[in-house]
Amino acid sequence: MTELPRLAVLGAGHVGPVIARLAIKAGYRVSIAASGDPDDIALVTELIIPGAEPRWASDAVADAGIVVLAMPLHRFLDVDPGLLSGKLVVDAMNYWPATDGTLTAFADATSSEIIARRLPGSTVVKALNHIGYHELEDRSRPAGAPDRKAAGIAGDDPAAVAATADLVDRIGYDPVHLESLRAGRALQPGGPVFGAVLDRAHFEQAIGIRSLT
Amino acid sequence: MRYSFGLDTFGDRSGDADGKPQSHAQTIRNVAEEGVFAEQAGVDFFGIGEHHTDYFPMPAGDVVLAAIAARTSRIRLGSAVTVLSSDDPVRVFQRYSTLNAISGGRAEVILGRGSSIDSFPLFGYDLADYEELFDEKATLFAELLRGGPVTWEGKTRAALLNQDVVPHIESGPFPAWIGVGGNPQSVIRAARLGLGLALAIIGGPPARFAAYSELFQRALEKFGRSPLPVLVHSPGHVAATDEQAKAEFWPRWRDTITLVAAERGFAIPTEESFDRETGPDGALYVGSPETVAQKITANLRALGATRFDLKYGMPGMTHDQLITSIELYGQHVIPRVRELLS
Repeated sequence: MTELPRLAVLGAGHVGPVIARLAIKAGYRVSIAASGDPDDIALVTELIIPGAEPRWASDAVADAGIVVLAMPLHRFLDVDPGLLSGKLVVDAMNYWPATDGTLTAFADATSSEIIARRLPGSTVVKALNHIGYHELEDRSRPAGAPDRKAAGIAGDDPAAVAATADLVDRIGYDPVHLESLRAGRALQPGGPVFGAVLDRAHFEQAIGIRSLT
Repeated sequence: MRYSFGLDTFGDRSGDADGKPQSHAQTIRNVAEEGVFAEQAGVDFFGIGEHHTDYFPMPAGDVVLAAIAARTSRIRLGSAVTVLSSDDPVRVFQRYSTLNAISGGRAEVILGRGSSIDSFPLFGYDLADYEELFDEKATLFAELLRGGPVTWEGKTRAALLNQDVVPHIESGPFPAWIGVGGNPQSVIRAARLGLGLALAIIGGPPARFAAYSELFQRALEKFGRSPLPVLVHSPGHVAATDEQAKAEFWPRWRDTITLVAAERGFAIPTEESFDRETGPDGALYVGSPETVAQKITANLRALGATRFDLKYGMPGMTHDQLITSIELYGQHVIPRVRELLS
């Protein structure tokens, strides 16, 4: 068995801890970072994300094979792109003006495309953004379970998409590939699967890549 | 252990018997009647959540609470929640210390964002500033609650220099809580400020919040504070039977969530998701008194909480349905939970 890549989760708010816990359960080594000193999230990590290592963002990213962005989108604008250079970056964030306010930087394309533009040295994949943090853990099921649900993955780089699909599969969802990062529009707020938890057949039907017979 | 049990409303717009919405004014009068009736039914706390929409026309709940205070003598009265980020902490303190005076010391405040985002554009605040607004204002509010002159400086309101803020509280700070929806950093904030933890659990298995409760007590220790209570707030509806409760609640819940889903761009809930949420591991307390009492008991135990507030009603439900729900909650659910917990 090949060793799993190390995971760095950036964001210790609503979503980051949920993804970190799922990944730890799936056997990944997980570092978690907030915007500042790891001491500030030590207690949260100990009790809410046991098994994760709280670190400075730069340290967490340095030895990570996959970096998950799980911070509020406006905080991403403060991240130094150089920090993430050369990394596979999974964008689990959303541009959701109805709950987070309007950000002009994200007005003219899908949010993940804009993130990819701001991170020219990174490979960006959109995933784990469309199932609510209330549900992401509760609905996770091992491969083959009859009530397993699907999660979408949008990216342009086949190797990055495959690595992300492996992560999604291991944390409990059937990965469904969308054809490009741009096609990740379907996973965004206002899209057909945002906030929905569907099995593969219904998911594929909802995003229009399959018709139910 | 001393437990208490409350009811919360968002000013859910009442429907008449034909399903037609009643006026905002009638809805507000209904809420005042429901608050007075809650005391008669034996409920410990009545909370009103700030909202600014056509289906939750309840922007000034403290005025309604004052009306209820004038007609009651025992029930505690508070917000659930006050959207502090788009308000002024000095004004919030003044309104609730006034309520505390009118009611003879029965006021409480739950500070948070809730699901109400409409107040931000309405009052000229940017949702992107939510975090900073809330953190600063909650810190100032905790300062004001201690009583005495306040000196404070920040970015989100005018500075205060040795400012006496009136009316003074008669007998120590009234209870204040921070409403938390799932962000562990908010739990730490409540502990840092020495305010109670109000867990708003509106979806998924409530037991997953047990770690938050432990985090809260550990953080209180870290900040050198005494233990503080944990409150659970969740939606529901009580009727004579499980079938009747679901039949009354489901269409109104579906319609409301569908409306919110359209506004915010998420998918519409299904009957399957409703069944999950009303089942033993879900967050909705919809059913007969026994069903609801068992679920409250299990979750108070799992979460180490000593207070449960049921957010009753949904837009479109009739005042009569809500009065029955309040009566069953006060007369049957609360005594049954006390019995199960003792």
